[in-house]
Amino acid sequence: MKDPIIRLKNVSFKRDDKVILDDVSMDIERGSIAAIMGPSGVGKTTILRLISGQLHPSKGSIEVNGNEVSTLSHRQLYECRKDIGVLLQNGALFTDLTVFENIATPLREHTDLSEEAIRERVLAKLDSVGLLGTEELMPDSLSGGMARRVALARAVILNPKIVLFDEPMTGLDPIAMSTVRGLIRKTNDELGLTSVIVTHNVNQMKKLVDHCYILAAAKLIAEGSPQSLTRNEDPAVDQFMNGRVDGPISFRYQKATDSKTANPS
Amino acid sequence: MNIHWTQKSKLLAPIAETGHCGIFLFRMLGSIRFERGLLVSTLQQTYLIGARSLVIIMICGFFVGMVLSLQSINALQQFGASDQVSLLVGKSLFRELGPVLTALLFAGRAGTSVAAEIGLMKATSQIEAMQLMAIDPVQRIALPRFLAGLLSLPLLTAMFNAFAILGAVVFSIGVMGLDPGIFWSKLQTGIYFGKDFIGGVWKSVVFGGLVSLIAVYFGYYAKPTGEGVGTATTRTVVMSSVLVLIFDFIMTSFLI
Repeated sequence: MKDPIIRLKNVSFKRDDKVILDDVSMDIERGSIAAIMGPSGVGKTTILRLISGQLHPSKGSIEVNGNEVSTLSHRQLYECRKDIGVLLQNGALFTDLTVFENIATPLREHTDLSEEAIRERVLAKLDSVGLLGTEELMPDSLSGGMARRVALARAVILNPKIVLFDEPMTGLDPIAMSTVRGLIRKTNDELGLTSVIVTHNVNQMKKLVDHCYILAAAKLIAEGSPQSLTRNEDPAVDQFMNGRVDGPISFRYQKATDSKTANPS
Repeated sequence: MNIHWTQKSKLLAPIAETGHCGIFLFRMLGSIRFERGLLVSTLQQTYLIGARSLVIIMICGFFVGMVLSLQSINALQQFGASDQVSLLVGKSLFRELGPVLTALLFAGRAGTSVAAEIGLMKATSQIEAMQLMAIDPVQRIALPRFLAGLLSLPLLTAMFNAFAILGAVVFSIGVMGLDPGIFWSKLQTGIYFGKDFIGGVWKSVVFGGLVSLIAVYFGYYAKPTGEGVGTATTRTVVMSSVLVLIFDFIMTSFLI
């Protein structure tokens, strides 16, 4: 790995007695698009929350853009987050603000730009996600795909170094899915970002990402390019990549005491 | 007597929650920055939770004044002292009923709305999104609503009292035919600015802070589910009402 911007070293995370992540390590290269994949409830979103400093690991360290996030003070963490854009699963647009005000919020909070400069930048971002003309609409009048694109524009308005996407394509129709996928690639390459995508949509990721991490039963079971993972012969990887019912990954709920024995590797 | 640990934790939970709420209050007050944004959002919230509560406060105030004068005239007539009605109505309104009833109405009308709004923002991840954008939601969401409540309740209490006096005028003078001169002169000479009026203002400031703190606290720490939002609004009304009455007794014992 040449230049990792995000480094997880031997990270473990427990919620009460349940092991969510067990000794997970990953290096995400600057400028790449990485996917964290795995079955539902395996701890993918937990990794995003650890990277953004919302959660602290039980063991191990998480370095983001040179900062050890779990040791940062509240103020330092907020400073660090200015370099991280996050697109949450439902977009999480502010329902009492227009599309324009939603995207302008980070600019108003963190910059001293004039009203004219804010307008220029917001409209440019809206144009880049293909939604110029929607600036006066309220979030409840947008479709799911449009809301996701507005949230993407808001996430990158401060030109962050890293953008975290939590299930960006869930619940979208195939056209909206392709649009969002294209926008993630375009935004990543044009702005020189590093994108981390949490998803379980194998087919979409094959077309989009540079590097994949697959989690199962609290462990990182495989990593590599989508093509190499498609050819991977590990039974758990093969089961996940091809969506097979039978295999080492159980779809049954694992109780806290069972979590350590559920490791397929 | 042996107390099981679960019973102990049940006993300690309200104390822990009071402490947590106190920390939340200090966090809010510590985030005050004297800037235009805070002034604008506080004024917006004052309009939303204060001005929009005006109609219900005025209607309730008017009928409380009517019923107070009805009961007072009925009782005072037995002693031939019905001309003292304005004094009795004024004293009870400015000292007790004005601040207390306005606070209870405010908790039901505005407190629930604030708790539900913040709870829903949490359930739809808007609070989380704000934190991830390095924006402090306590400063941006909770603080303006708290300050707006603090500002609104004394003003609403003044409106409540004014309309209650109007209700008393309508009933005592208009319906019962009491002499207007006697009514107003008794009110003017019998109500003291410091003891009666300012005492009521102090109460309304404290109740405003109490109700709005409870509303923003329960909203902010609501479980991010539909049930959680419902519980937050119910707890806001129940806790606000109980605490307003408890604080009313404590303050009255010092102010009397």
